[in-house]
Amino acid sequence: MNNKRWAGLAQQTVYIGPALLFFAITIIIPFVMGMYYSFTDWNGVSGTVTWVGLDNFKRMFTNDDAFLTSFWFTTKFTIVGVILTNLVGFFLAYFLTKNIKMRNWLRTVFFMPNVIGGLLLGFIWQFIFIKGFATVGEATGIPFFQLPWLGDETTGFWGIIMVFVWQSSGYLMVIYIASITNVSKEVLEAAEIDGASRFQVLRSIIVPLIMPAVTVCLFLAISWSFKMFDLNLSLTKGGPYRSTESLAMNVYDEAFVKNRYGLGTAKSLVFFLVVAAITLVQVRLTKKREVEA
Amino acid sequence: MKTKTRSKSAMSISDIIVQVLMMLAALIFLSPFYFLLVNSVKTLGDIMVNAADWPAQFHWSNYSNAWKMTRFPEALTNSLIITIISNLLIALFSAMAAYRLVRANTGLNRFIFMMFVSAMVIPFQSIMIPLLKVIGWLGVTNSMFGLILSYMGLGIPLSIFLFHGFVKSIPLEIEEAGTVDGASSYGVFGRIVLPMLKPMLVTVIILNCLWIWNDYLLPSLILQSPELRTIPLATFAFFGQYSKQWDIALPALVLGITPIIIFFLSLQRYIVEGVAAGSVKG
Repeated sequence: MNNKRWAGLAQQTVYIGPALLFFAITIIIPFVMGMYYSFTDWNGVSGTVTWVGLDNFKRMFTNDDAFLTSFWFTTKFTIVGVILTNLVGFFLAYFLTKNIKMRNWLRTVFFMPNVIGGLLLGFIWQFIFIKGFATVGEATGIPFFQLPWLGDETTGFWGIIMVFVWQSSGYLMVIYIASITNVSKEVLEAAEIDGASRFQVLRSIIVPLIMPAVTVCLFLAISWSFKMFDLNLSLTKGGPYRSTESLAMNVYDEAFVKNRYGLGTAKSLVFFLVVAAITLVQVRLTKKREVEA
Repeated sequence: MKTKTRSKSAMSISDIIVQVLMMLAALIFLSPFYFLLVNSVKTLGDIMVNAADWPAQFHWSNYSNAWKMTRFPEALTNSLIITIISNLLIALFSAMAAYRLVRANTGLNRFIFMMFVSAMVIPFQSIMIPLLKVIGWLGVTNSMFGLILSYMGLGIPLSIFLFHGFVKSIPLEIEEAGTVDGASSYGVFGRIVLPMLKPMLVTVIILNCLWIWNDYLLPSLILQSPELRTIPLATFAFFGQYSKQWDIALPALVLGITPIIIFFLSLQRYIVEGVAAGSVKG
């Protein structure tokens, strides 16, 4: 009996130990430390760290325009980005499950931007926006291409949105394809025989039946757009005048550029709470709408 | 992944419209690559005059310049080492932990599993500042080891979650047969369970590869020495210096995306399936 217990303990340690150890080092310990530092004036360098209570939180909400601007920018970006990537991803998937040729080839094309990291993508698009768009604008005279892309707040915002949609919708498309393919053929045929239009089939049959995929895709899109950093850095660096700075970038800047680690961790704690709250609410809401076939 | 909704019947008019629309969408999706590739072999003057034209002359020397100036072979090697080692270790340790968490379903293990799952909500930016301090305490700042160690901790929660669902679907009888044959628990895991995990192993490795290969933020915080730079870090450093010199910057970008594009095109079936499988609802 004693031997067996030892063997069990040994197995528990061998199997779970390594995972738990690395998990503790990189997530649990920093997370707990972050909570403590949020209430201090830690500057990352000096040895003395003073407890300042709620000062950091008061400061970021009452006396930090850049933070509030980045909060608002990120909120707008998340709303627009989540809607557009999901619409594009869903409709690509919807059409790719129709009776058309070269489906696999098209799927590859739509997914490809996703395998390139945000940083390199952003640099590639910087060129497209600055030189490519200008050339097309000169040649065609279409005003859209003649805007000062990435040069002001509006074109900066929509520029990042465009690249984000180009990058992410292919990923969501793959999830939607898997889900649409699972919608039973009998149900669709029955609807067709009953004289349902394409739009009715889409709205009343396909969409309700793929709600599990919608839950996942909304979750992914929210978390990508709310945490967006690489694209932001490589496309606009938050400029001009910090008008396109994401929340993630604001946290980064506070800690690693301004060396206000205490304030930075306080912001990152708020960041975590907002992400956790949004994703919990979203998953609850969309789960309710999932139906059985 | 093949559609089952319709048979291979002749295309109706609406199908043809859809076909044309999809081809146009594909062209729009591909157009940035066109601009990138044609301009990567032009002189700076030609790029400035007309960025849309086919190159009048192909200046392949742009590529050899970019190759040298980004120190591409070094960055590629660093990216490969970091991605491969992190991936193997994450996959192994996550599979082991998931196996134990499923098979020894105690209260403690349910709690541990809950902890891994909840941690998936924590954004990296929320822990990066203190994480650097921990990495400093361990004395592994500015080293590949420190970076790999961080990837392991950060990658383990999702990987355990994915393996956990998969292990549950493996019938216990198969393992019991192994035990009867006299294999130890570790033997059963290594020789019976691990090979059966292969489909999920592929998914886990693909998801982690794409993430680690493309990650910029974490390596930028941990690695300072230029000779340790990964491809994203080398590209970023290069852009800081030569941002308006498109005749060197564009070939550097092409070099930077080539390995991952090759990886994708050669394994695309697994990657697409892996993405679909990795997003099973939690």
